[in-house]
Amino acid sequence: MGRRVLITGLSSFWGGRLAQAIEHDPDVETIVGLDTQEPRIQLERTEFVKADQSYSILARIVKATQVDTILHTFLVVDSTRMSGRAMHETNVIGTMNLLAAAGASGSPVRQVVVKSSTLVYGSTHEDPAWFREEMSRTRAPSTRVERSLVEVEGYLRDFAEDNPHVIVTLMRFSNVLGTDIVTPCSKALALPAVPGIFGYDPLMQFVEEDDVIRSLEFTRQQQLPGIYNVAGDGRLPWSEVASLCGKRVVPIPPVLTGLVTAPLERLGILELPPEMLALLRYGRGVDNRRLKRAGFEYRYTSAGAVDNYARAMHLRHTVGDSRPAYKYDTEVETFFRHSPAVVRAPD
Amino acid sequence: MAAQRKLTAERPGSLVHLPRTTPAVEELADPRLSDVDEWGRSEKTRALARRIYDPLYRYWFRAEWEGLEKIPTDGGALLVANHAAAIPSDAPVIMHGIETELHRPVYGMADHLFKAVPIVGTLWSRSGGVAAHPENAYRLLREQQQLALVFPEGSKGPGKHFSQRYRLRRFGRGGFVEIAMRAGVPIVPITVVGAEESMPIVYKSPALAKAIGAPYVPLTANMLLFGPLLGTLLYFPAKFRLRVLDPVRFDVPPDQERYSKSRVMDEAEDIRLAMQESLYEMLRQRRSVWFG
Repeated sequence: MGRRVLITGLSSFWGGRLAQAIEHDPDVETIVGLDTQEPRIQLERTEFVKADQSYSILARIVKATQVDTILHTFLVVDSTRMSGRAMHETNVIGTMNLLAAAGASGSPVRQVVVKSSTLVYGSTHEDPAWFREEMSRTRAPSTRVERSLVEVEGYLRDFAEDNPHVIVTLMRFSNVLGTDIVTPCSKALALPAVPGIFGYDPLMQFVEEDDVIRSLEFTRQQQLPGIYNVAGDGRLPWSEVASLCGKRVVPIPPVLTGLVTAPLERLGILELPPEMLALLRYGRGVDNRRLKRAGFEYRYTSAGAVDNYARAMHLRHTVGDSRPAYKYDTEVETFFRHSPAVVRAPD
Repeated sequence: MAAQRKLTAERPGSLVHLPRTTPAVEELADPRLSDVDEWGRSEKTRALARRIYDPLYRYWFRAEWEGLEKIPTDGGALLVANHAAAIPSDAPVIMHGIETELHRPVYGMADHLFKAVPIVGTLWSRSGGVAAHPENAYRLLREQQQLALVFPEGSKGPGKHFSQRYRLRRFGRGGFVEIAMRAGVPIVPITVVGAEESMPIVYKSPALAKAIGAPYVPLTANMLLFGPLLGTLLYFPAKFRLRVLDPVRFDVPPDQERYSKSRVMDEAEDIRLAMQESLYEMLRQRRSVWFG
């Protein structure tokens, strides 16, 4: 019998791309995608279900579709995308509902993969150069997104303890750069001049978006339990990141930084959430060797991911968005999936 | 390689996107622009720093080494030294000396407070400074087999009054011994004479230090003599003598979860006593603070 997979956050970059990748896997029989908004990329056989922010219908979906694998990608790690309250609702309450559904008695779920972020390690001057998975952050989280992610990981740890028959995988992704994804980091690098904090030149680590999707597919297929950092090899100074993108660094004063950035953020010129400002001071490094030891091969180093992003940016500058815009239409999608008129390729 | 690539390009039907057959172990493209390593150290910056610092080392402090051959030329080792002067002058002298004589990099481990200071933190990092975190030390020593320099006295060494010169403070909680044990590397003690007189502290304000969160706020003889600005930059030309003691090896297996605390404390105390004894001996032989 083939696998039955549920993906949360289908309309986000992560969920959508992951669904596309899984559609190629002949071992997966059914893919159900959940989100509050309609998918933004074209999917062949993924079934989209619209849910509210905190996934209250999740228990019903799990029961009805009998999924054995849940890929939880709908954790917001970019705090500029949502208000603090909405983020708490999505991350903490959403995950709670998801885990409650997965852990209900008689639940068919045997594997849960959760996409977290290396934000859980924080970024302070007291940090070691490299964080390993079992190490904890040096200071209590001070930003909303970090607090919510730390809480989510706590729930997941409890869930794993209470459900030893379920394979629980927690993946912590470093700053993602790539052709499609938009993050505070990529937005900062897309500006005519890159903001940096005067007197600091932190060492940054990146992971390419293809490696992100490949690593999620890898842990799902290999059924690896445990916590994994996902980040490219090496770290490079922020100034070098800017020069790889062909930009210059514009220094922001190191004191009263908020006073300078707040009006610019108000005008929509700059988007620097507090966790990004901390990163621009102290940087962060995570040890990626556990996933490598498990057999995963990265295609990009940190510098390689930046270089690749810079090339994508050049292309976009010249030809604009090369991909045709996709609009989800329920009737069209239903037709392609379920109409007897559609000839489906025999497997 | 070139022939192979040509073949692929001429393969008929290559309009179809063929899956790339990549060999299992292939070096990833790493398009770096600078030589800043994973610790933030840049050999270019370091070379520049050495060029600027060399006259100071040679003609101002006139540093002289004894037993430099005891520092291993390959493999990891934890260098341990006494710490002195309001703005420690010993760390750059030791790093400069070893790098120019042995041609191997030395990573100077210091309080993470440095990292928080703009410009200073970046410069410090580019010229070989690493935050003194046990994880950092382990990675440097065990996995990368580098030389790391620590001052077990911490800020208590440079923060002491001139009347206490050359009296070693407590060696923390012996953490440096535990790291060396875990990393399976020897400890090489170094004793330095001269740093104490290069910027002696004549008065300390504990209240002010507490108020601004610094480990100590000193008034130095240099400030009294040269004024507050020049006094924080200019060292007295004390003669530097450095002596490398015999490396200390521990017959314990590396990579243990923990080590006997009493053993760690005993070893730390033995090293402290050996260094104190060496300092007294060097001072007995010293004829002049300025000429050695």
